[in-house]
Amino acid sequence: MADLQSQDYVRRSASTLTPPAARDHEQEVAKLIDVSRCIGCKACQSACMEWNNLRQEIGHFEGSYDNPMDLSPHVWTLMRFTEWEDEQGNLEWLIRKDGCMHCEDPGCLKACPAPGAIVQYANGIVDFVSDNCIGCGYCVKGCPFDIPRISPEDHKSYKCTLCSDRVGVGLEPACVKACPTGAIMFGSKTDMTNWAGERVEDLKSRGFQNAGLYDPPGVSGTHVMYVLHHADKPSIYAGLPDKPQISAFVGFWKGIIKPVALAGIAFTALAGFFHWVIAGPNEVQPEDEAKAQRLLDLADKQDETKGQRPLRPLDERL
Amino acid sequence: MTYPRGSLIRNTTATRINHWITGGCFVLLLLSGLSMFHPLLFFLSELFGGGQWTRAVHPWIGIVLLVSYAGLIVQFWRDNLWSWDDIAWMREIQHVLVNEEEGVPEVARFNAGQKFVFWSMALLVPVLFVTGLVIWEVYFSPYTTIEQQRIAVLIHSLAAIAAIIVWIVHVYAAIWVKGSVRAMTQGWVTPGWAYRHHRKWFRRLATTGSRGPVPNNDAVPARKNS
Repeated sequence: MADLQSQDYVRRSASTLTPPAARDHEQEVAKLIDVSRCIGCKACQSACMEWNNLRQEIGHFEGSYDNPMDLSPHVWTLMRFTEWEDEQGNLEWLIRKDGCMHCEDPGCLKACPAPGAIVQYANGIVDFVSDNCIGCGYCVKGCPFDIPRISPEDHKSYKCTLCSDRVGVGLEPACVKACPTGAIMFGSKTDMTNWAGERVEDLKSRGFQNAGLYDPPGVSGTHVMYVLHHADKPSIYAGLPDKPQISAFVGFWKGIIKPVALAGIAFTALAGFFHWVIAGPNEVQPEDEAKAQRLLDLADKQDETKGQRPLRPLDERL
Repeated sequence: MTYPRGSLIRNTTATRINHWITGGCFVLLLLSGLSMFHPLLFFLSELFGGGQWTRAVHPWIGIVLLVSYAGLIVQFWRDNLWSWDDIAWMREIQHVLVNEEEGVPEVARFNAGQKFVFWSMALLVPVLFVTGLVIWEVYFSPYTTIEQQRIAVLIHSLAAIAAIIVWIVHVYAAIWVKGSVRAMTQGWVTPGWAYRHHRKWFRRLATTGSRGPVPNNDAVPARKNS
């Protein structure tokens, strides 16, 4: 979709110039996944496959409701099921729709070395422009949510697009359209945040004291948010990070060392150049050759006068 | 390979081939690596047929470099062992830098600067290789955690920058000290060159009647002193 939506970039990977952003008068969008209303029917997974023409190879039953077992280049969203016992010993079946969180500050985009392979539109959607992808896997290292998957066939990275093609023409994402319970909602980020507030109130009134909205500030918020009944411990939902943020290693690698390294290389090269300008080449002088020759002659003479057998046959040495 | 009459052999043919395979790999790795390191240098990936090709070919070149550099280590490690003479030489480095080597402690086959380059690369090349394997997505990504890969890619970048800086020092020194490039292309130096820059090495060749590169190396003909 890069051609249609290439004038509303707010971020563009591996780019040092301001991306084309004239058509940026658009609302930031968000998908709100209300975990408390999800029944685990996987309609969202099916709709995602259907709209995006994705078909994961059929695998094997591994004793889990998760199907398939993980995200892949062909699986962009996945219901993850967790059986969790609360403090009172009550069993809760936690079902979380996993997929790209569309971070406001995307770690994948920060890590990507290929210009324009990852972009963020003014509406907040983070998209992979696969034509530009080089398959290095840096996005995997940048992502705090373990989302991107590299295809072993075409060596491109894939993830949920938030149906940027649908959203671009005023439609809601396919998963939202398919959800039968209204557990997945889509709209402006403000509306979704407000709606989540109502849902959280409702959950609290029903005894979920720690209900809350998952819109992690560590990545400046996300454009996919969760309503969690246990927002105090997100990790019980199949390992949803408690405090996601771009790794400090990635921040260092993609931050200060880039300019410092280039400056260091340039400085070393310049130091060499100016040494040449100031001191000039170190050349062998005629007297070096003369002294060297005297030393060689002396060495030969010593061998002979000492009466030592030369280390080499004489005829070979003269 | 025939060498001019009266010349000394600084590097054997095998050493020179080994060196230039290493050097060629290093330059290719530098260009492809920098293209993936900084956006301003991404255009360098075009030299390799685009980003995908650059990403794919970089690690293979790295393997060739590792093997090749191992060959250099085998050939050079003994003459690069550190000694107290190196400290004395480094104390006089300010004279060396202005091309006044007379009076500076005599140097054997390699001076302290050359040893620094040798051992820096002997450290950095394996570090780059191991961290490179960890981030070689196509074949090795399943064997490490993402956090380990983050650390590996950071170390890989830092080690690469260090190696590039050491490499610039190496290349410049070869240009600066006239006769060094020929010593690695055609393999020979004049006795005066050896006397000026590596007098201790030169004295050993003279007293042992060897033509180099190491005393009594049977692989090369004896010195013709005429």
